[in-house]
Amino acid sequence: MRPILLQGHERSLTQIKFNSEGDLLFSCSKDHIINVWFSHNGERLGTYEGHNGTVWTIDVDSQSRFLVSGSADNELRLWNVSDGKCLYVWEFPTAVKRVAFSDDDERVVCITEQRMGHQCVIRVFKLNRDGDGTAQSLEPEHMFSPIGSKATVCAFTYTPNLIITGHESGKIALFDVVTGTEVLNNERAHMDVVTDLQLSTDRSYFVTSSKDKTARIHDTKTLRVLKTFTTETPLNSAALAPNKPYVLVGGGQEAMQVTTTSLRQGKFETRFWHKVFEEEVGRVKGHFGPINTIAVHPAGTSYASGGEDGFVRVHHFEESYFRAKPYGDLQLED
Amino acid sequence: MASLNGTSHNPIDDELDFSDIEAKYRVDFDDGFDSVIVVDGVPIIDKSKLDKLLAKISKEFSRRGAVIKPDDIFVPWDDNAGKTKGFIFVDLGNPDAAAFAASAMNGHPFDTKHTFRINRFTDIERYASIDETYVEPTVEEYRPKEHLRAWLADSQGRDQYVTYRGDDVEIHWHGKPSQCEVAYAKKNWTELYASWSPLGTYFATLFRQGVRLWGGPSWEPQHRFAHPLVKLIDFSPCENYLVTWSHDPISVPSNLPQGPEFFSPEDEGNNIAVWDIKSGQLLRTFPTTTYENEDPAMKKQMQWPALKWSSDDKFVARVTPGQHISVYELPTMGLHDKKSLKIEGVVDFEWCPHGEKDKEDAEKAAKADKTEKGAKKRENMLAYWTPEVANQPARVTLISFPSRTVLRQKNLFNVTECKLHWQNQGDFLCVKVDRHTKTKKSIFCNLEIFRVREKDYPVEVVELKDTVTDFSWEPKGERFAIVSSNDPNLGNPGPGITIKTDIGFYQLDRAKNDFKLLRTLTSRTSNTIRWSPRGRHVVLATVGSSTKSELEFWDLDFSTEERREGQNVKEEWGSGIQQLGSADHYGVTDVEWDPSGRYLATSASAWRHTLENGYAIWDFRGQELEKHILDRFKQFIWRPRPRSLLTKDHQRQIRKNLREYSRAFDEEDAAEESNVSAELIAHRKRLLDEWNAWRARCKRDIVEEKRSRGQKLNGEHHEEEKEEIEEWIDEVIEQIEEEVVE
Repeated sequence: MRPILLQGHERSLTQIKFNSEGDLLFSCSKDHIINVWFSHNGERLGTYEGHNGTVWTIDVDSQSRFLVSGSADNELRLWNVSDGKCLYVWEFPTAVKRVAFSDDDERVVCITEQRMGHQCVIRVFKLNRDGDGTAQSLEPEHMFSPIGSKATVCAFTYTPNLIITGHESGKIALFDVVTGTEVLNNERAHMDVVTDLQLSTDRSYFVTSSKDKTARIHDTKTLRVLKTFTTETPLNSAALAPNKPYVLVGGGQEAMQVTTTSLRQGKFETRFWHKVFEEEVGRVKGHFGPINTIAVHPAGTSYASGGEDGFVRVHHFEESYFRAKPYGDLQLED
Repeated sequence: MASLNGTSHNPIDDELDFSDIEAKYRVDFDDGFDSVIVVDGVPIIDKSKLDKLLAKISKEFSRRGAVIKPDDIFVPWDDNAGKTKGFIFVDLGNPDAAAFAASAMNGHPFDTKHTFRINRFTDIERYASIDETYVEPTVEEYRPKEHLRAWLADSQGRDQYVTYRGDDVEIHWHGKPSQCEVAYAKKNWTELYASWSPLGTYFATLFRQGVRLWGGPSWEPQHRFAHPLVKLIDFSPCENYLVTWSHDPISVPSNLPQGPEFFSPEDEGNNIAVWDIKSGQLLRTFPTTTYENEDPAMKKQMQWPALKWSSDDKFVARVTPGQHISVYELPTMGLHDKKSLKIEGVVDFEWCPHGEKDKEDAEKAAKADKTEKGAKKRENMLAYWTPEVANQPARVTLISFPSRTVLRQKNLFNVTECKLHWQNQGDFLCVKVDRHTKTKKSIFCNLEIFRVREKDYPVEVVELKDTVTDFSWEPKGERFAIVSSNDPNLGNPGPGITIKTDIGFYQLDRAKNDFKLLRTLTSRTSNTIRWSPRGRHVVLATVGSSTKSELEFWDLDFSTEERREGQNVKEEWGSGIQQLGSADHYGVTDVEWDPSGRYLATSASAWRHTLENGYAIWDFRGQELEKHILDRFKQFIWRPRPRSLLTKDHQRQIRKNLREYSRAFDEEDAAEESNVSAELIAHRKRLLDEWNAWRARCKRDIVEEKRSRGQKLNGEHHEEEKEEIEEWIDEVIEQIEEEVVE
C-alpha cells in the first residue's frame, strides 16, 4: 500500500506514538502542536493546543484516556485524549525532554533539561485517575538528579519504581525512583548520546539508538548489550516490530548539515534489521530529511516515521511482508 | 569469519624499540665543565711575560670570534721551574661558545713555533677514564630470517591488501569470499600512511622518527631509516634502494650517534636521502631542487619522485630544471662520468622502462659468458624535453645511457607543456604535447608517438582538437586510452561542476604501422583510466566529483574469445570493444586493480572527504564482491607481486591445459560453497537458540516477579477480540413498475 503522508505539522517532528490498540497515532513537533490521527487512513482526528514551545515528547496511557506531553516552554501537561482538553499543567525551571507512563498507568516519569544552572532532574508523578483528571498534585511523588552525564531518555521497567535511563554520554542506567539511587549501569552501552529508547511488549528488553551510529538491544534486568546494529549514519530512533523479529532504525546526517548534502548521502531511510542475526533485511526510502522518530503499530501491521522534513509517513505492511521468511522457518520467541 | 593468524593487537610501544632513537635525541645535562676548553701549544714563559701573553691570546681568540678576556684564562704553573706548563684553561661562559672556540682555534698558528691544539675539558676527562681492558664482543646468535616472499606461497594463491583506517592498519588476504581473512592487524602501525615496495617484498610505514620496513609472514621489523619527520618515500624499481624526503632540512644534533646509518654533519640542510635497503646505510643526501628565477608565488609543487630510477636500479637521475640532468651510478652514488648532462632549459625527463623481454635478455646475458656481456643487452634510455626558448623550438630528445648518444630528436612548435608517457614494456613513448593556437587562447593536443623498438625510431603524430586530461598505455599492449574534453569549465574547477569528457581508444594498426582510433565514447564524466595490469580490460572512473561516481568496465577483446588460435579471422576494426558492466561507488577517490587483473578495488578516503568512507572490491566485470563502509577509512593498497618465475613455455603450457586445471578448482569451489552455507546455517541456529533460551528465562522472571508482588497474572495475552463489522449498503438504482397486460 502506498504510504500515507500526514502533513499536519509545520516544523520537524520530535516524537510519534501509537496508542495501545494502534488505531490512533499521536505526533508532536517543534511547531508547538500535538496532533492525533486515525492510523488506518491518516485522517486527522484533532489537535491538542496550548503549549508555547517545541513539544519534545508525548506519551499516552494504555486506556487511551490520558495523554502527557513535555515541552520547551518548561511545562508538563496532562490532556484528555478524547476531547483535547488540557487537564493539568506542571511547570518547571527548564524544558521537559522526555515523558513516559508506567505499565500500570499510575505514574508518569519526566526528565527536565539541564540548563541555566539547573540540574537535569527526573521526577515521578502519581496520577490521580479518579474524576475528570484535573485534581492532580502539584508536587512530584519522587524526584532526584542523576549524577554525572544528563539523562536524555527514560522508561519504566516491569518492576515498579525502577526506571531505565539513557544518557548523553552513552550510558544506560537503572534507577530506583524511591531512593534516587543508581541500581545498575552500563557506562559503555553507547559511545555517544542515546537518542531513543523503546521497550519490548513485556518490557524485558529494550532497543536504544544513538548518535554513535549504532542501535542496540539490551536486557532490562542486567543492562547487558544483547545485539548491536551498526549503520553508517547517526541514529535518532529505533523501534521493535511486534510479531516479527525486526528492529527498525532511522536517522540521518545532522539537521544542520542537511542542506549541504544530497538526498543520497543523507541516508534518510528507515532500515529493517533482523534483531537476532544482526543483519539488515530491508530499507524504506521517503523522507527528505533525517528521520527523528519511528513508532510501530502494537499489532505489528504498520509503522510510522516522523522526519526533520515535518512529515509523518504511515506505512501499512503489505501481505508480502507477513509472508516473507528471509531466513526460512524459524521458531523465534518474541 | 575473519581470524587473526596468531597475532595480537599489542600496543605499539611493546613492539617498537625506539631506545636507540631516544638515546640519539637525548639532551645531555650540563655537567659544569662544558664551557671550559684546554689549549695546548701555548709558549712556556715566566711570570714577567704572563700579562702580555694573556692579552695576546685573548686578542687572537677574539679576532676569530671567540671573545674572551684575560680573566677567563687560568694558567697552571710549574712551581719548581717558575714557568708555565705550556697549556692553559679557558672558560668561555657557555658550552656553545666553547664548542665554537674549540673548532675555530684548533690548529691556530700562534707564532712560528707554537700552534694551538684545543680540546674540550670534558673530553679529556672522558678519554682519561676509558677502561683499558679488552672485552671480547659477544657474537650474536644467528637467527634465521623469515622468507620475505612467503605470501606468494599461499596454498590458496590469494593476494594481499592493506587497509588503513583510523589508527588501525590491517593486512587482508583476498581470494574467494570464504578465503578472505585478516592476515595481520596492528594499531598505530603508521603515523602518516603505509606503502608497499614495488615488488611487494616490504611493507613501509612512516613515523616521526623515520621509515620502517616490515616483512615476512609474521611482519617482523626488517629495516629502519632514521630520517626525522619523513613525509614522502620512493623505492627503486628492484627494491634495492629507498629515497626519503622530509620538508624539514636535516639537522644533526651533536649527540647523534655516528655510523653509516645516520646523518653526518655534511648532510645538514638537505631534504632528500638515498638509502641502501639491504644494509640500511645512508648513501647520499640531496637538497630539494629549487626552480631558478622563479616567482615564489608561482612556485610549482615539488616533483615526486624527485629522483628517477632506471628500471635496472643501475642509475638514478635528478633534474635541475633549466640546467642539467645529473645521473648517479649505484651503488656508489657518485656522479656518472663526473659530469651532469648539460641541457639548456630541460624541464622533465623519464627513463625508459625495461620490458619483460629486456629483463630476460639481461638475465641470459648475465648467465652466459661474461665476456660477451651486453652484446644483446639493451642500453638504458631516457627521454627529456626542453621548451621553446627565443628562436629555438621545443624539442623532445631520446638518448641512450651511459653512452650518452642522442638517438632521436624531434622539434615541436607552439608548445605549452609536454608530458612523457612510456609504455611499460618500453616499446613506445608517447609525448603528450599541449599546444596553443597562435592567439594563445585555446589549447589543443598532439600525441607524438615514438616507436622505440624500430629502426631509426619512427615518430607518428595523432592530432586532436580537444585538451587531453589523461593518457594511459595498455600494459604490455599496443593500445592506449585518452580522456579528452572540450568542456568550457575545464581548468576552473568549482564545487558541483563535473566536466564532460570523451574517452578514446587507439590501437596500433599492424598493417599500416600507425595508431588508429578504435572507438570514442562521448559525453562521459569519466576522468580516470585504469588498465588492468594484464591489459585487455579497462575501467573508466569518475573520481573526485561530488555528484558523479560512475565506474565503467570495458573489455577490448570481447569477440576474440570465441576465435580459436591460428584462425585469423579478419574482423572489423574496433568491433571487439564491449562494455561488461557499470557500477557506482559514491565518493570514490581511488581506483586500483589487483596485481592479477581479476579484481578492482575502489575506495573513498577520509583524506579527501568524510562522506561514506570505505572500500569496495569488484570483479573485472563490474560485479560487486564486497563493500565496507568504514568511518575514517584512509587507504587501500594491493600488495604488488614480483614477475612470474615461470618461463614463457611453461606459461603457454598452463594456458593450453587450463581446462584440466579449472576442473579441480571448480570442484573445490563447489565443496566450499556447501561448506560455507552449512556453517552460516549453524551459526544462525546457534544465535536463534541463544535468543530463545534467553527469552524463556525472561518470561519466567517476569512471572515470578509479578507473583511475588501478588499481582494477578493478566492471563497470557488476552486474545484481542476482533470485531468484524459488515456493512450492507443497499442502493436503489431504479424502480420500474411494469404492468402486464393480459
